[in-house]
Amino acid sequence: MSGELPPAKGDSDLRGATPDELRPPPDTLVEVRGLKKYFPIRTGFLGRVTGQVRAVDGVTFWVRRGETLGLVGESGSGKTTTGRTLLRLEEPTGGSARFAGQDIFALGGEELRKLRRRAQIVFQDPYGSLNPRMTVGEALREVLHVHDLARGAAASARVHELLETVGLRREAEARYPHEFSGGQRQRIGIARALSVEPDFIVCDEPVSALDVSVQAQVLNLLADLQERLGLAYLFIAHDLSVVEHISDRIAVMYLGRIVELGDARAVVASPRHPYTKALLSAVPALDRAARRGRIVLGGEIPSPAAPPSGCPFHPRCPHPLKDADCARIAPPLAEKAPGHFAACIKEPAYVPESPP
Amino acid sequence: MRLLEVRDLRTYFRTEAGVARAVDGVSFGVEAGEALGIVGESGSGKSVTSLSIMRLIPEPPGEILAGSSIWLKGEELVGAPETRLREIRGNDVAMIFQEPMTSLNPVFTVGDQIAEAVRLHRKASWKEARARAIELLGLVGIPDPARRVDAYPHELSGGQRQRVMIAIALSCEPDLLIADEPTTALDVTIQAQILELLGALRRRLGMAIVLITHDLGVVAEVCDRVVVMYAGEVMEEGPVEQVFREPRHPYTQGLMASIPRLGQETERLAVIPGIVPSPTAWPTGCRFHTRCPYGWELCVREHPPLFPIGGDRGARCWLETHPERRAAVDRATGGFLGLAGVGAAALGAEGPIALEATPAESWHRRAAGEPGVPAPEATAPDAPARPLAEDPDVERDVER
Repeated sequence: MSGELPPAKGDSDLRGATPDELRPPPDTLVEVRGLKKYFPIRTGFLGRVTGQVRAVDGVTFWVRRGETLGLVGESGSGKTTTGRTLLRLEEPTGGSARFAGQDIFALGGEELRKLRRRAQIVFQDPYGSLNPRMTVGEALREVLHVHDLARGAAASARVHELLETVGLRREAEARYPHEFSGGQRQRIGIARALSVEPDFIVCDEPVSALDVSVQAQVLNLLADLQERLGLAYLFIAHDLSVVEHISDRIAVMYLGRIVELGDARAVVASPRHPYTKALLSAVPALDRAARRGRIVLGGEIPSPAAPPSGCPFHPRCPHPLKDADCARIAPPLAEKAPGHFAACIKEPAYVPESPP
Repeated sequence: MRLLEVRDLRTYFRTEAGVARAVDGVSFGVEAGEALGIVGESGSGKSVTSLSIMRLIPEPPGEILAGSSIWLKGEELVGAPETRLREIRGNDVAMIFQEPMTSLNPVFTVGDQIAEAVRLHRKASWKEARARAIELLGLVGIPDPARRVDAYPHELSGGQRQRVMIAIALSCEPDLLIADEPTTALDVTIQAQILELLGALRRRLGMAIVLITHDLGVVAEVCDRVVVMYAGEVMEEGPVEQVFREPRHPYTQGLMASIPRLGQETERLAVIPGIVPSPTAWPTGCRFHTRCPYGWELCVREHPPLFPIGGDRGARCWLETHPERRAAVDRATGGFLGLAGVGAAALGAEGPIALEATPAESWHRRAAGEPGVPAPEATAPDAPARPLAEDPDVERDVER
């Protein structure tokens, strides 16, 4: 897994470097800096804007070629909006996103269409994203036509190849979405994403609606495809065990911000942010002996329309050193161990012994 | 006498595709104060089982077959008149569901709805019932209950709505609470709160719980005993710790091996190949044989009974009467599943990885040969064709 240090570092101070101050590694495919997406709250007859839901509030991360970055969080964390804004399914409020060096947010019509040949998305509910009146073959051929990739016999051959790639028989092409089970429909969703030969796929809760045995089939398929095709994934999910399993690195989101970011094993084995600790301890464990001390958080997730001041987690935070500063200071996502970042001012920072 | 005794329960549905044998000969019991988990994937029959206990199956198209028995505190519920059932539901048994919002009436305050439930089951004035509602809201951990009692369902979060449903369920002090996927729609930190609440209420009120879920972890958190269902039958049952430490049925083994576990690095997940068969056409012999890596011709031919395997456990698998095959399977799986509960440290550095590789492989070899289009009977003829979305969906946006 990617245990390497970020290659370059800006001025590091005593609070530890933040991803914003770091230069991403050279094989970075997707680079997101300070991404913001606010949704206006409109009220009244005139629909006046009376507030903002800060769904994503200054998020910085990168995804390297062939890497899986897991984005985990509860409802309202902004993980789905992050993925959608990144692909321009939502227009951003602020920040920047680059794909292979190209500014995604500056792309116009034709360029955007080209981007979508290289950056795709797989949704949670494949049924909702498949046209029920089109056979699987028609749906796949349509994508090939739209992107001018193949026609006629070449398209048919490509459809067969895609179906085989995702573990379906050729005969599947003549069938309609309702004739398939949930897991098979997700395979079709993946086949469609693959049809344009992308480098990058946003997987938005791709296994959440599936039974556990089928979930394993789809997770293995995603891992195989990554290995064979060198795909990079942004894997968005609420299930930490699934995210840990598939990811090289994990970003934990809470109320529109990344509160922890680091190597997947490190985040799970030694979480630095009190929210991550609580989240990990809340996952029901199969073996009672191995169960960690349960931290049951009080209260509910606050509304992203009115996030708490300072650290957005402070009202629910069980950290023993929590004090008035937590309600006052917005904590930076600072390096707490090499390549491991957390947004908590009460956790000691990592400071390299000799500056580079 | 057990609190609940289900014997040979068969609940069938008439469908266009034939008779769906959703629950097909299920037996289990629940002691007073005990928590039983019923675990299974979709189509296993776990929810139909719970609805059958409450006699909430619409008849027709559903039917609880003659010969089925559901004894609650010694009283037979199969064939009991609706008037009696209504007394039992609420007084003796209460139920909570996955989606609390759909079970709450949006135009009444939660206090009114709890008070109504209180008054349905005991003589109480509205004033007394309201006081009881406030007390119950406090009991289920709603902050500031005297004020929240006047809230409407939409003013509450998902976790709080589920607490209100639990308060309504508790209003009659039931001996048995049936919880059907009570935390599936909730965030994991909120799920932890609700599971904690269920455990606390059970200890405090001595109430038995039947918890229906697809999540083995939730069962491990809450339950004493577990029933693993597949294709309308009980495949394995026993005390939770024993079953999860040493699963005996290949289905339970496969299920456990296919779940990624926190902090345990696994390169490939084990996979149960194929899909759950259709309830209108269960496979012959053992219903799991079409997906089982260890099956042989006996499994195709003969339907196995639920063999008792000692220590209050049972497994519906022919391996139980074929010790030489059982031993071979145990060798093949390296006893890995039995060691799952032991920490990685105790096994040494190489232990878990080396041991894990074997079962995952044996499951996977089978999986690799088995992609596939569903057989015609596996399709869902009753699934309503969805209207074509007129607005272009988001995904087509990507491709435009």
